[in-house]
Amino acid sequence: MSQATAECPECGGSITFKSAPVLHELVRCPDCGGELEVVDLANLTLALAPTEEEDWGE
Amino acid sequence: MKAVIICSLVRPEEKMLIEAFAKRNVPCEVVDDRGIRFDLHALDAWKQYDVVVERCVSQSRARYILRALNLAGVKTVNTYDVVENCGDKFITSQLLAQNNVPTPRTKLAFTVESAQQAIEEMGYPCVLKPIVGSWGRMVTRINDRDAAEGMLELRDVLGNYEQHIYYIQEYIKKPSRDIRAFVVDGKTIAAIYRTSEHWITNTARGGKATNCPVTPELDALCSAGAKAVGGGIVAVDVLEDTERGLLINEINHTMEFRNSVSPTGVDIPGAIVEYAVKLAGA
Repeated sequence: MSQATAECPECGGSITFKSAPVLHELVRCPDCGGELEVVDLANLTLALAPTEEEDWGE
Repeated sequence: MKAVIICSLVRPEEKMLIEAFAKRNVPCEVVDDRGIRFDLHALDAWKQYDVVVERCVSQSRARYILRALNLAGVKTVNTYDVVENCGDKFITSQLLAQNNVPTPRTKLAFTVESAQQAIEEMGYPCVLKPIVGSWGRMVTRINDRDAAEGMLELRDVLGNYEQHIYYIQEYIKKPSRDIRAFVVDGKTIAAIYRTSEHWITNTARGGKATNCPVTPELDALCSAGAKAVGGGIVAVDVLEDTERGLLINEINHTMEFRNSVSPTGVDIPGAIVEYAVKLAGA
């Protein structure tokens, strides 16, 4: 099976998924380093991930 | 059985957990916490799940979700109590001290003046931390009185009310590393050294992860620490003091483990899922 790919909404770079993408998965664009979220699986689409909030933690 | 993972985003950890549930043929849904609308009078709907694995990045969301679910009788990993006890660094320190688990000396103060006095009593260098926070953010080594005055004024003037609670901890002269140990159901299953030239060694801040052997001493300490905060699944941060030996620094309730599976060779997500399945059947 071919690896899924999607376009970075920030820089237009191509992101390749090593395994099947999951809805709301967090990925990093290898070109611009942007943190992105999978927002649509049917038509594999990425959006900028939410920015860190005050109480986000490990 | 049916499980659900509640998360803010599907990070590598959540993806590994989804795969671990699938590998065991356990149906597992994923719920985005951004879409949750709790009806406090209809929480029974959550009882369709035999176990809820909470993986929120937000501390506040985790606390509210788990409190509501636990009061409704839903089994969760972790429980509300564990998140409450680990999420607030002072409560963690207090529980460790109360249970005679070795931990650095810690003081709490509520005003700039009393915090300055507490720092002077602790001696330089010492560490000033926010009571809530992760990834080593806002953790500051206070080397002298000038630094103390500067940091305290900064937090007093610019910080919100939470920054006006001053958590002051003894600085431990550790080697250029600390230990992160993973405790599942009372047993230390794996540990890593986090090595960095910087005194803050979090892997999120560039610390390098290598395998740390789980000795009986490390297991005993970490198991005791985990028990003190309520058990479940926790990551225990341990400092190596040259004189006193191992000390627990902090305990994390929704740990990241993406950098720890490879160096330790331990299937950490698998162990978490096994624990969740066991809890569901209990």
